[in-house]
Amino acid sequence: MTGRPLAQRSAALALNRAAAHPFAKPLLLLLCLGPLAGWIWAGSQGGLGANPAETLLRGTGLWTLRFLCLVLAVTPLRVWAGLVALARWRRLLGLVAFFYALLHFLAYAWLDMGFDPAAVARDLGKRPFALVGFVAFVGLWPLAATSWNGAIRWLGAARWRTLHRLVYGIATLGLLHFVWMRASKNRASEAAVYALILGVLFVARWLHAHRTKSRPSGRQPTSPPK
Amino acid sequence: MPPIRRAPQDTGFNHPVPSEITSPALYARRREWLQRAGAGGAALALPWLAGTARAQATARPGRLSALPAQRSAVAGAMVMDRPTAYDDVTGYNNFYEFGPDKAAPARHASRLKTRPWTVVVEGEVRKPGTYDLDALLKLAPMEERIYRLRCVEGWSMVIPWVGWSLAHLIRRVEPTGNAKYVEFSTLADPQQMPQVSGRLLEWPYTDGLRLDEAMHPLTLLAFGLYGEILPNQNGAPLRLVVPWKYGFKGPKSIVRIRFVERQPVSTWMRSSPGEYGFYANVNPNVDHPRWSQASERRIGEDGLFTRKRATLMFNGYEAQVGSLYAGMDLQRHF
Repeated sequence: MTGRPLAQRSAALALNRAAAHPFAKPLLLLLCLGPLAGWIWAGSQGGLGANPAETLLRGTGLWTLRFLCLVLAVTPLRVWAGLVALARWRRLLGLVAFFYALLHFLAYAWLDMGFDPAAVARDLGKRPFALVGFVAFVGLWPLAATSWNGAIRWLGAARWRTLHRLVYGIATLGLLHFVWMRASKNRASEAAVYALILGVLFVARWLHAHRTKSRPSGRQPTSPPK
Repeated sequence: MPPIRRAPQDTGFNHPVPSEITSPALYARRREWLQRAGAGGAALALPWLAGTARAQATARPGRLSALPAQRSAVAGAMVMDRPTAYDDVTGYNNFYEFGPDKAAPARHASRLKTRPWTVVVEGEVRKPGTYDLDALLKLAPMEERIYRLRCVEGWSMVIPWVGWSLAHLIRRVEPTGNAKYVEFSTLADPQQMPQVSGRLLEWPYTDGLRLDEAMHPLTLLAFGLYGEILPNQNGAPLRLVVPWKYGFKGPKSIVRIRFVERQPVSTWMRSSPGEYGFYANVNPNVDHPRWSQASERRIGEDGLFTRKRATLMFNGYEAQVGSLYAGMDLQRHF
């Protein structure tokens, strides 16, 4: 934290203090549930449009991708912007991403496939684009299942970290799923935004890993998030 | 035990052909059909007493100018399904010139200027020419037709269109012996259509039909819906409606009709040849690579948790159009 200008350091300090406030996390959770509340409200008002199933399917998918971007931004922001307090939000954001992925899958399996496992299996077999999304969803389960402190202790920090690196592959598959849906139309701009965000985050993460590896003594303590 | 008695000619193998069998969806709604037939009977009887026959079936929403029409007598032109609400028909559209989202056309299409409007008819015809919209509106008597519309994306609507069979125009322009296909081109004006300067698709949007498909009485040149002129977002002032094909085979805001010898390459075939073929007939047995075509969701009718309904072969128009494709491999000619 040495080379940073004073203004930036004090801004980071203020942000860290705000993030550490006891109300910060509940407030964040409420914010994260905003999209869901929006759909429930719109649904009760008949405001989900002419094709409510499609609105929910698209919406839950898009918010899964957004929360994956947010959770992946935590470590780069902690390291490069000095926002150390964000680390305590990482688990919450990850679980929220999993929650929206679950809603997305449920919207697909229930609204599109009538909750028929055979129909889901047949459909996934026929559509590689859907299969990619499903693989990403399945990949999130071990991460969600090992998100509690006991699991981290049981696995050991090193193994836990290795397991949770899966999230990079999952986010890549999620992005592929999104781009693929839009294939055949030149509608790349929206997907390009997410590709750019994920690209920047991956590079930032890789640089950080590279630095800490070449400087073993200067390695930052990476205790599991509390 | 008494012997089984059969009708004299019945050999036990007189199975109905599939197109003769009443679809379960229709069977399940037979009472609704009877009520409707009763109401229709009354509707037929009352104007008859008043001296006019076959009045329009659907009530006008009162949003745009009236386009009076008589109920069509063409076989298959009046499906018994409940028409989709006007607001859904006019608020949930694919019209990419105005934007890729379903709500974008209704938002932006007010910029479309539908008068003056002309349609160029050219190519392999003895009487090419430029037709003014007013001339087209009077070219044949307006008919109301209630068609199912099945979008390739897996949803469907039921729309009371107003227009006349494209065959009327085709007969008038007298195609030559070389005319095997008809190609339709639509307006592509970046001043009126925000996406036309973008790269979403190649503009202008074009699509085509085989001449016999274009001549089929169900192939409709539509000028209106719900008894009124077409809203801009639905393809004003005139568009094609081919009820047994996916919705994208109905180009909107047509400016050019060309008769050609070779099979035209449509905008969607150009954009994604592996996903879109020339025919694009509604077929529950041939899936789109990215989604199944076996079932569909009826807009405004099927609830959020209702199972999707089965998609019908040729969108339920097999009895009328199946013979056009006799002997063709529909898996290959998708």
